[in-house]
Amino acid sequence: MSTTEKKQDTYYESIIKNGFSRRDFIKFTAFMAAYLGYETSAVAQIATALKTTPRLPIIWEHYQECTCCSESFIRTNHPIVADIILDKVSLDYTLTLMAASGHQAEAAKKATMDKYKGEYILAVEGSVPMGEDGIYCCIAGKTALQQLQEAAAGAKAIIAWGSCASSGCVQSAKPNPTGATPIHKIITDKPIIRVPGCPPIGEVMAGVIVHVIAFGKLPELDRQGRPKAFYAKRVHDSCYRRPYFDAGLFVEEFDDESAKKGHCLYKVGCKGPVTYNSCGSIKWNNGVSYPIQSGHGCFGCSEDNFWDNGPIYERLTNVPGFGIEANADKVGMVAAGVVAGAAAGHAIASTMSKRKEHKGRVDSGKDIEKQVD
Amino acid sequence: MTTISHEYKRVFVWEVPVRIFHWVNFIAIIALIATGILIGNPPALMSGAEATNQYWFGINRFIHFAAGYIFTLNLVYRVFWSFMGNKYANWKVFFPFSKKRRKNMSHVLKSDILLQNLKNSSFSNISVGHNAVASFSYLIFFILILLQIATGFALYADNATWWFPKLFAWVIPLFGGDALVRLMHHIIMWFVIIFSIVHIYLVMYHDWLEGRGEVSSMFGGFKFVRKERVDIKKELND
Ligand code: HEM
Ligand code: SF4
Repeated sequence: MSTTEKKQDTYYESIIKNGFSRRDFIKFTAFMAAYLGYETSAVAQIATALKTTPRLPIIWEHYQECTCCSESFIRTNHPIVADIILDKVSLDYTLTLMAASGHQAEAAKKATMDKYKGEYILAVEGSVPMGEDGIYCCIAGKTALQQLQEAAAGAKAIIAWGSCASSGCVQSAKPNPTGATPIHKIITDKPIIRVPGCPPIGEVMAGVIVHVIAFGKLPELDRQGRPKAFYAKRVHDSCYRRPYFDAGLFVEEFDDESAKKGHCLYKVGCKGPVTYNSCGSIKWNNGVSYPIQSGHGCFGCSEDNFWDNGPIYERLTNVPGFGIEANADKVGMVAAGVVAGAAAGHAIASTMSKRKEHKGRVDSGKDIEKQVD
Repeated sequence: MTTISHEYKRVFVWEVPVRIFHWVNFIAIIALIATGILIGNPPALMSGAEATNQYWFGINRFIHFAAGYIFTLNLVYRVFWSFMGNKYANWKVFFPFSKKRRKNMSHVLKSDILLQNLKNSSFSNISVGHNAVASFSYLIFFILILLQIATGFALYADNATWWFPKLFAWVIPLFGGDALVRLMHHIIMWFVIIFSIVHIYLVMYHDWLEGRGEVSSMFGGFKFVRKERVDIKKELND
């Protein structure tokens, strides 16, 4: 898009050129610092960085995905994100949003890769099919795998957007016909940040990009490679229905009295207790709501393999290999019953088999009985 | 073979720390299973009431976590005692690696599990402390509850401020997420329940058949052995 630019504007310059005021700019930095969980001193740091750094070149790839990540990103609640980070300045290549197409688009990408070798950020939306030599997803005559390897080679860091790129999402659900594979399982020699969610929250995505721009490095990651600022807490631990959980007030069915009163959705399958994300605090669509607030349990979209983590509307997961209706408790109860039955059988068998041995003891015990008063 | 009299001598088998461990473990496991089942599938108690005045599910979870700590520390204490205590408490008895223990294992399997009536009864087949099958089952149980502790504290770690639960935080990424870890934690509970059924039944079986104080030994610490057994040992030592 903007690869032909001669002198590069800093972020601040492009923001002002686009008709925003300085006040808007400062608000934006404060807002980002808050999302990233920094203290107020970081506002100035972010502002300075955006004033002095020229734009960060970003190549944004789309493989096996539904583009919900891009959709989420352009709905972040601050216009500067959409206008500046996305539209005007940063994205050198993104199939969905760029004006160019076909050969021109590929040429733009190539130009960025050559010009900013080792400097650009590779953002990936979607998983890579590894089955059948990767023919399930081809772009410009190359497989997604080839595209990824080429683009990753000169990247400074990789952002794996969404559950597709960070864990495989629905394409990799069993039996995973295309061999859909997340990015970190393919590229192992670059810093990779995983930003799971189907899609991730727009503010989270903006926060990650702004952090990279402002501090020149990836934000602090947890053990699973996710930014700590957004994935350190369970949805359950920031859920406004939590008091109902602790009080033991649960929705049993979606149309019962408890559902009307807004009680906890644990028993209708809410995965909040096993899901790490910021939905409870940042929420969605400009902070309007999030699934649980709208009366539907969390279904754990930011957890690895969430499609295979069991039914959406039930608490206890099916035990693999025991048929559809066998949850852990049913299998456990049957097993315990069988074992108790076996013990009872053993008890009966032993009274017969050990009859003589036992009788000998009882008899001698009776002899003694006669000898005591 | 000596002719067998029916005279018995009293042996001190389970020292006080072993017995304390056993009953603390017993209470903690019952508490953990009871509260764990409620966590897994909370009943619709008091569902008409207002949240303001109740916290029973929070309390239930608190009991689970508190019992989890007691359970874990108690286990640490037992491991420590397996280096300090008498020969029946020693860690070695849990590993069926000596010839003697393997022989005992095959005897117990034939005589007590398959209920065969064996002709050649020798004293060395009759265990005083744990029999070899039982002690091996405790080794498996030990591994099982280590897994239960690891998965439990891993789930707990995220809300903890203390370093101890955080030691287990790596378990979550190892299994790919909380969901699977919780399911494992839940499934292991059923193994614990099944172990307990078998354990309690076999203790009663031995008590019934052998009449050597198997059940009461965990209260008073004593079991009984035949007089001849003590005499033979004496002769050997003389
Ligand atoms: C014999 C030992 C134990 C048994 C039988 C047991 C049983 C259970 C069960 C059945 C659940 C519900 C799982 C589900 O369906 O989601 C549970 C949850 C849990 N247990 Fe245990 N548990 C044991 C030991 C421990 C220990 C040692 C800890 C460590 C503190 C622990 C911590 C937890 C935690 C954190 C949860 C999740 C509770 C929540 O987030 O609401 N458990 N346990
Ligand atoms: S609705 Fe879900 S996330 Fe919220 S308290 Fe209940 S179980 Fe936890």
